[in-house]
Amino acid sequence: MTKVVLPELGEGIEKATVSYWFLKAGDHVNEKEDLVELATDKATFNLPSPCSGVISEVLFQEGDAVNIGQVLATIDETQ
Amino acid sequence: MDLEVFDLGLIDFGSAWQFQKDTLARVCNSDIRGALIICSHYPAITLGRLARIDNVLIAASGLDERKIPLYEIERGGDVTYHGPGQLTVYPVFNLNYFIKDIRIFLRQLEALVIDLLSDFGISGTRYPGLTGVWVEKAKIASIGIAIKRWVTYHGLSINITKDDLGNFSLIRPCGMDIRMTSLESVLGRPINKEILKRGLICRFKEKFSDIFR
Repeated sequence: MTKVVLPELGEGIEKATVSYWFLKAGDHVNEKEDLVELATDKATFNLPSPCSGVISEVLFQEGDAVNIGQVLATIDETQ
Repeated sequence: MDLEVFDLGLIDFGSAWQFQKDTLARVCNSDIRGALIICSHYPAITLGRLARIDNVLIAASGLDERKIPLYEIERGGDVTYHGPGQLTVYPVFNLNYFIKDIRIFLRQLEALVIDLLSDFGISGTRYPGLTGVWVEKAKIASIGIAIKRWVTYHGLSINITKDDLGNFSLIRPCGMDIRMTSLESVLGRPINKEILKRGLICRFKEKFSDIFR
């Protein structure tokens, strides 16, 4: 299972808000495909999938605040 | 590598948005380091990703009457107005060649506008926590961006003319009760848009010289 982690977005940025999920749990995703969009300050940031597989779990919903380093979703690469 | 500049002139928001997305795809999928799109828009209102619709103070029918379209777009920030009295600038830059830091990029855009204003004898300022550039307590430039694979799009608008500020009363810009101003309001005279554009391009090349050597 691969964890999708919110990466560093810049100095002093500790959290971001989930603004849009391009896919949902159960969907197949390809590596580098847009997975989720985060909003912080006056910017949105598209996070691509780190691998190909099936999204097994989505841990934050649109509107939720996420800290840098937290897991947003898990992807099952075996499927 | 030189900075590619596209001057789209006066163009409807939707067409320029598509041009941005085409340019974004080109920068994402090639070794082009970035492009700068410059334009002005026919009146339009755009809602950023986390915008609240009640920050649009006019009913949909009122917008229809005024022929002002409303777009829900993927940039950060709340609601804003675009019109022909602004210079709107979309830097589609690959930050993999610069610094992968959202705040540094935003602060760089503000610094660039402040330098540009100083060329016109205007003292611009920024306030911590409030992205954008201000002249005293009034906002002169608004910023909202989106980033895909560390390539930026959307960008900033600088208010130029005084007569186009009225339409900001149709919204609560950025979801706040703020006063807007323009270069012409501050200077009390018209300014040459072409000179402003040339200055802007120079400032972009200067501030992002790490990308465009």
